[in-house]
Amino acid sequence: MYQIACPHCGPRAQTEFTYERTTDSVVDPAADAHTAMHALYTRANPMGLDDEVWRHTYGCRAWMVLTRHRVTHEITAVKAIGPEALA
Amino acid sequence: MSADKTRGPTRAKTGEETIAFTFDGTTYHARPGDTLAAALLANGVGLVGRSFKYHRPRGIMTAGIEEPNALVTVGKGGRAEPNTRATDLFVYPGMMVQSQNRWPSLAFDVAAIFGLAAPALGAGFYYKTFFGPAKHWLRYEAFIRRAAGLGNAPTEPDPDNFSQTAGFCDVLVVGSGPAGLKAALEAAEAGSRVMLVEQDAVPGGSLLRDPDPAIDPAAMVERIKALGGKVLLRTTASGYWDHNFLTLSQRLAEPGAVPPHGFAQRLWHVRAGRVVLATGLIERPVPFANNDHPGVMLSQAVRSYVRRWGVLPGQRVVIATNNDDAYLTAQALVEAGAEVVALLDARASGPAAPAGVTVYHDARPSSVTGRKHALRNVTAVIGGSEQSFDADLIAVSGGFVPVSHLHMQAGGKLTWNEEAQAFVPGETPQVCETIGSALHPPAAPAAAPAGKAKTSFVDFQNDVSLADIDLAWQEGYRSVEHLKRYTTLGMATDQGKTSNMTALSRLAEKQGVTVPQAGLTTFRPPYTPVTMGLLAGAGARNAGAHVRRIPLHDLHEAQEPIWQPLGYWFRPRAYPVDGEGLVAAALREAQTVRTVAGLSDVSTLGKFEVSGPDAAALLELVCATTVGKLAVGRGRYTFMLREDGFVFDDGTVWRLAENRYLLTSSTGGADRMAHHISYVRNSLRPDLKCSVVNVQEHYAGIALAGPGSRRILAALTGAEPPRHMGYAPGVLAGTPVHVLAASYSGERAFEIHVEATHAAEVWRAIEAATRAAGGAPYGLEAMELLRIEKGHVVVGGEVDGRSTPHDLGLGGMLNKAGGFIGAAGLTRPALSAPSRNNLVGLVSLEGPIPEGGMLIQRAGQSPQGHVTAAARRILEGGAIALALLEGGHKRHGEELIVTSPTRGEKARVRVTSPHFYDPAGERYRD
Amino acid sequence: MKTPYSAFSLLRGAFNGQKHWEPAWRDPEPRSSYDVIIIGGGGHGLAAAYYLAKVHGIRNVAVLEKSWIGGGNVGRNTTLVRSNYRLPQLHNFFEFGLKLWHNLSDDLNYNVMFSPRGAMFLGHNDGDMIKLAERGDAMRCDGIDAELLSPKQIAKIEPLLDLSRSARFPIDGALIQWRAGTARHDAVAWGYARAADALGVDIIQKCEVTGFVRDGNRITGVETTRGRILAARTGICVAGHSGHVAGLAGLRLPIEAQTLQALVTEGVKPMVQSVIMSQSLHCYISQSDKGGIVMGGDPDNWPSYARRGQPTIKEGAIAQAVSMMPALSRLRMLRTWSGVTDMSFDGAPIIGTTPIDGLYLNAGWCYGGFKATPASGWTYAHTLATGKPHELNAPFSLERFMTGATIDETAVGPMPNHR
Ligand SMILES: Cc1cc2nc3c(=O)[nH]c(=O)nc-3n(C[C@H](O)[C@H](O)[C@H](O)COP(=O)(O)OP(=O)(O)OC[C@H]3O[C@@H](n4cnc5c(N)ncnc54)[C@H](O)[C@@H]3O)c2cc1C
Ligand SMILES: [Zn+2]
Repeated sequence: MYQIACPHCGPRAQTEFTYERTTDSVVDPAADAHTAMHALYTRANPMGLDDEVWRHTYGCRAWMVLTRHRVTHEITAVKAIGPEALA
Repeated sequence: MSADKTRGPTRAKTGEETIAFTFDGTTYHARPGDTLAAALLANGVGLVGRSFKYHRPRGIMTAGIEEPNALVTVGKGGRAEPNTRATDLFVYPGMMVQSQNRWPSLAFDVAAIFGLAAPALGAGFYYKTFFGPAKHWLRYEAFIRRAAGLGNAPTEPDPDNFSQTAGFCDVLVVGSGPAGLKAALEAAEAGSRVMLVEQDAVPGGSLLRDPDPAIDPAAMVERIKALGGKVLLRTTASGYWDHNFLTLSQRLAEPGAVPPHGFAQRLWHVRAGRVVLATGLIERPVPFANNDHPGVMLSQAVRSYVRRWGVLPGQRVVIATNNDDAYLTAQALVEAGAEVVALLDARASGPAAPAGVTVYHDARPSSVTGRKHALRNVTAVIGGSEQSFDADLIAVSGGFVPVSHLHMQAGGKLTWNEEAQAFVPGETPQVCETIGSALHPPAAPAAAPAGKAKTSFVDFQNDVSLADIDLAWQEGYRSVEHLKRYTTLGMATDQGKTSNMTALSRLAEKQGVTVPQAGLTTFRPPYTPVTMGLLAGAGARNAGAHVRRIPLHDLHEAQEPIWQPLGYWFRPRAYPVDGEGLVAAALREAQTVRTVAGLSDVSTLGKFEVSGPDAAALLELVCATTVGKLAVGRGRYTFMLREDGFVFDDGTVWRLAENRYLLTSSTGGADRMAHHISYVRNSLRPDLKCSVVNVQEHYAGIALAGPGSRRILAALTGAEPPRHMGYAPGVLAGTPVHVLAASYSGERAFEIHVEATHAAEVWRAIEAATRAAGGAPYGLEAMELLRIEKGHVVVGGEVDGRSTPHDLGLGGMLNKAGGFIGAAGLTRPALSAPSRNNLVGLVSLEGPIPEGGMLIQRAGQSPQGHVTAAARRILEGGAIALALLEGGHKRHGEELIVTSPTRGEKARVRVTSPHFYDPAGERYRD
Repeated sequence: MKTPYSAFSLLRGAFNGQKHWEPAWRDPEPRSSYDVIIIGGGGHGLAAAYYLAKVHGIRNVAVLEKSWIGGGNVGRNTTLVRSNYRLPQLHNFFEFGLKLWHNLSDDLNYNVMFSPRGAMFLGHNDGDMIKLAERGDAMRCDGIDAELLSPKQIAKIEPLLDLSRSARFPIDGALIQWRAGTARHDAVAWGYARAADALGVDIIQKCEVTGFVRDGNRITGVETTRGRILAARTGICVAGHSGHVAGLAGLRLPIEAQTLQALVTEGVKPMVQSVIMSQSLHCYISQSDKGGIVMGGDPDNWPSYARRGQPTIKEGAIAQAVSMMPALSRLRMLRTWSGVTDMSFDGAPIIGTTPIDGLYLNAGWCYGGFKATPASGWTYAHTLATGKPHELNAPFSLERFMTGATIDETAVGPMPNHR
C-alpha cells in the first residue's frame, strides 16, 4: 500500500487513488488510426521506472503523473496535470 | 472422553484464585495469566493433539506462537476458533476447549493406523498413485480430505464484530522485550509519536522467562504511555507492506470468548515513519527419532513454564543443546526442584553447569521412547557410544532463528551468521531496523542429527521427517521451493517457524554446500495466521458494498414496491396492487403508460453539466454524435464510444443555454462515465475552457410518460411543456425544475429534474395529478417492456460492450466530421465486418421467448446470436424480443429458433426490425 | 526408462526406503543449439515442450527457466479449471483443454489431482441469472456441460452459503459446470516436466533469457545467463514477464503486468465442496485437499513486477467471501502470495506468430491461464511445430488488436484495470 504525495492534498494512502494508464498510452484524439491503436494497445512494461497517469479519485479527484518503479514501487516524482497545471 | 492424564499435577498449590475451564469435557483449573498450554501442563495433561498426516500423538512443544503440535478448537457455536495454539490462548473463565483431528478420542485415534503405512506414504506419495480418470480421483480425494484438515469450521454465523482502524506514528516498535521497550521509551522521550505492539498479553518478551532486576517492563510501559505513546498488547504486527504500511491484529477478547463490547478483534492499518523490529528469536528443535513425542519440548519453553508460570513440565529432565542458553534451563529446573538427569551438549565444551547436573559433551539425542503418550526414556549418542536415560521430559535446543519475517516482508535482505547458523536481518529498502537478539543470535554450531531419519521430524504438524527431505532430494526436488512444495514442509499452521532452518541445513548437507548457498525461502504476510472475520471487518455483513439510496427511497417504500438492485442502487421494479405479481404489475403499469400516463423514478441517471465557451468541443469529443449544432433549448439522443470504437454508453445531451449543456447517461455506467469525462477533460484536453460538474445526485429525476403526460405537466407547471426533444426550465409545486421532453417509452414523455432535496414535493404533485388522470407510477420492469417494444437499446443489454454503432443501427447518427473518441478505433476492419452481430427484433411464432437464449437455425448448430431482452406486446398479445444476430441487418424475415437448453425452453421466431411500436415516432408529436 | 509411478511401486518402496525412485527430471547442461527453445518453465512452457515431443516428434527441445520450474504463476494460482466462458472462441478452446485435463494424470503418469468437483457461478438478481443462463446456453449449444441450479439445489451442495433473502447479495441461483474443478498446481508443472524429460526434452533451470540473437527480421537464438543458445524457432512463454521478454526483442505487447493475490486459510475438515464464484461479488473460494480454503479476488489494478500485493485488496475480497459464507469468519488466513499476471487488453490470451520470424508468443493469460495449461501447450506446440496456428488458437492472434477482432469476454474494452 503506497503512500502517494498528491500535489494538492499531500501524502495520502494509495486506496484513495486509481491508476489509469501509462503516459505513452494516452491516445491523442487527433492521431491517425494506426498511431492511436498502437498507443492504446501496446505498453513498454519496463522492469524499472515508468510514467503513469493516476487520479486522486477518492480524494480531491485531481489527475497526476507518477514516476514509479515497477519492481521496488518507489515513487520518484509526482506531477499535477489538468487545466490548473497548465497555468 | 477425557484427555489422557499421564502425569500428576506439576504445580505447587498456592492460595491464588483459579479459573475453571474444560478440555474435551473434563474440567481443569488454571491460574490467572496461564496460557492453555501452561494450564494443561500444570494439570499433568501431556497429550494435546494429533498430527495432520499420520495422526501421531502430540503434546506441547513450545511456549509461543511457533507451536506446531498443540492445536485445539476453542469456544462454541459461531465463535469457535479451530486450530488455536494452546500456547497462544490465555485461559478465561468457562473456556471450552476441544482437541482436534482424532476419532473417536484423542487418546485412541483410529486414523493413527496411517502411521503404520508411513513407509509407503513418504513425501509426495500421492503424486505416484490413484491413477485413472479424474472421476476416480474424486472418490479417493473425498477420503483424503476427511482425514486431513485438523479442526472443524463453525457452521453458525459469527455473533461478534470486528473493527478496523487506522493508525499513524513516527515510530512503530514491534516487540516488548528489553530491546523493544528501550527503543520505544527512548523514542517517546525524544518526542516521537510511538506505538509499541506486543503479541503477548503482558510486556517483557524474554524478560518473562529471564527476568532482569534492572528492567521493569510494566513501569516502562507506563512511562511510554505517559509520554503519549500507544502500547498495544495481544497485538501482532502481521503484515509489513509497501511504504512503511503495516497491518496489526489486536485481540480484544481471547479466542472463543464473549468480547466485552461486542468486538472480538481490531485490525490496525498503520503508516509509520520508522519501524523498529525487536522481534527476538525462535528456538530450533533437534531432529532425532520420535522427536515429536509428547514430552519433547524446546528448552526455552521449558524455562518459560518454570519461571513465568511456575509449572514443572517434567520431573526427570534430559537437556539436549548445541549452545549455552540451555544451561539456563538446567539452572531454572534445578532451582524449581526438578532433577536434570543429563545435559547433552553437542559441542566439545561448554560453560559450567549448575551443581549436580552431569554434562555430556559431544552428546546428541538419538531417540526417545514412551508409554501411554508419556515420555520414559531418552537415548543419546555420546562420543561413539549410546547411553539411555530415564526421563519424562527432554528439553531441546538446536540453536536460534531470528524472527526476520517482518523484515523480509518489508523487502529486506538476510545475511548469514555462521557462528549462530542463522540468517539475520540485513539491508532493507524501507525505513526500518531490527534490534536486539534477532540481530545477535547466540552461537550454536551445527550438529549432525543422530537418530533414524524416518521418524526424525522436521515439520511436526505435517509429519515431514528428515527421510522425506532426503527422498525429495533423491527425486530431484532440489531447490528449497521444490522441497517445500513436494514435502509440504512449512505449509502447516505454524508456517514453518520451527522447521525451516532444520530443513535448510539438511538440504545444504545433501548438496554439499553452505546453508546460504542452499537457498532461502521468502516470508510473506501474515506473520501469524489472521482471523478472516477481522480482515473482513464490517464488510462481513454487507460484502463491503454500500447501499446507494435514491432521494425518494422512503416515498417509494411507502408504496411497498418490488425493489430491484442495480449496481449499488436499489430502484422500484414494480408497484404491485391487489396482490399482483411482478409480471402482472409490470404489464398493468406499461399499459397505463401506453394509454394514459405513468411516472417513474429516473434519479440514478448519470447527469453532467458542462459549461464554458468550449463546452461543445468537449462534448463532441466525448459523444460520437454532433452536439455543437444543437439550438438552445433543444436536446438529442447521443452515445459514447470507448477508444477502441465500441459503444459504451448512451444518453441525451441538452443545450440549456448558450454555453451550458446537460449530458445524461445510463445508471449502470454513470460512475464509469464520470471517470471517463474527467479523464478526457484533464488528461486529453486540459486546454479547453469549460467545466464539468457531475450532478447525478444533485438532481432527482422523474419521468412522466404517456399520451396524457403533456396535459398533466402543463397543468402542474402552468406552462406549455416543450415539444419532443425540447428543454424548458419551469416551476412545479413551487420548486424550480428542468423539463426535458425525452421519451424512452415511445410515448410523449418528459424527464423532470429537480434538486434532490425538493424532489418529494414534486413527485407527490405529479403522482397526484397522474393518478387523478387515471395513471399510476411505473417501475423498471414496465420501463423494460416499453423500451423493448419501442426498440430502444439499453446499456448492459444490447449495448454489451462488444457492439459498434453500426451493429446497433446507430451508424447514421455518427458525427461525420469525426474527431470524437473512438473514431480511430472504429476504422479497424473487424468493426465493420459483415458477419458482425447486429441488433434485430424477434417476433415469436410460438411460445414466449427465453431471454438470454441462443439463436440457431436448427438443432445442434453453434449459436448465431442471442436474445438480449424479451418481452410481450403491451396492448396486443404476442411475444417479442431484441436480439443480436450475425449479419442480422440483412436477415429480416428469416425464421429461427431461440433455444435455452439450461432452462429447457424453446421458441420459433421471425427476425424483424427492432422497432415494434410506432416506428415513425408519431406518438411523440402533439 | 524411468520407474513408472504406481501404487505397487510405492509399496515396493515401503521395503526399500523408497530408494528406487530416480530424479523426476534431469539437470542437463544446455547444448549450443536446439530445434525449438521455449522460454519459461511454467505450466504452459513445459506442456508445450511435452506435446512437441509427444505429438509432433520434435524432441530436440529446451525449456529455459530463469529460476526453478513451476515457481511462477503455475505454482501460485488458485487452480480453478473450467471451460464455462460465454464467448465461443474461449469456451471451445478451454473445453478442448478440459477434455485433456480429465485424462492428464494417466497421460503423464503423474497424479495431478484434477478433481472435477463442479464450479458454480452464483447469481444474485434476475439480471445475473439471465446472464448465467445466456452463458450456459451458449456453452450447451456447443456441447459443453452447464446446468442452472436453484437456491435449494445450491443449499444441498453448499449448505454454508448465506442463502437468506436478507443477504446483501442474496443468492438467486447458480450456473454450475460439473466437469470443472481444481487440480494440484505444482503437480501439473512437475508432471509435464517429468514426462517431457522422459521424451528427451532438456529442462534447464537457473537459465534466464537476457536477449535475443537476431539476423535481420529473424530470431535465431537467445542470450542467457548460461550462454548463447541457438534455435530455429523460439517461443516466449513467460506469463507475467511477457512484456519484458518481448521487449528484449523490440516488441511492445498489448499486455500490462499486474499483481494478482491469493490466500489460503488454515486447514479445516471439509466445508466447501465445489468451486464457488459469483457474478456480482469479486471473490471465489474452494477448499484444498489439505483443508485450507483457497480464495482469490480482483487483481491489484496497476502495473507491477513485484510480487507484493496490496493488503486492502485482499481485505475487500475476504469481506465479500465472509459475507457470502459467514462460516469462514473464524478461520484464519494462513498464507498469502501473489503472482505477476500478463493482463492482455481484451482479457483473452495471445498464442501465435509475431511480426519477427522465428519468434512465437504465448501470453496474455491474465488470471485464468492455469486451466488452459494443456490446451495452451497443445496448440502452442502445434504452432511451434508447423509455424502456423492450430484452428483453436487461430482467433488468439497478436494482430487482432490492430484489426479489431478482439475477444472481449468481460466486454469492458482495452484497459485491464477497468475490467
Ligand atoms: C494468484 C493467482 C491466481 C490464479 N488463479 C488461477 C485460477 O484459479 N485458474 C486459472 O486458470 N488460472 C489462474 N491464474 C493464472 C495462471 O496461473 C497463469 O495464467 C498461468 O499459470 C500462466 O502460465 P504459466 O504456467 O506458463 O506461467 P508461469 O508459471 O508464470 O511460467 C512462466 C515462467 O517463465 C519464467 N521466466 C520469466 N522470464 C524469464 C526469462 N527471461 N528467462 C527464462 N525464464 C523466464 C518464469 O520464471 C516462470 O517460471 C492465477 C494466477 C495467479 C497469480
Ligand atoms: Zn488530492
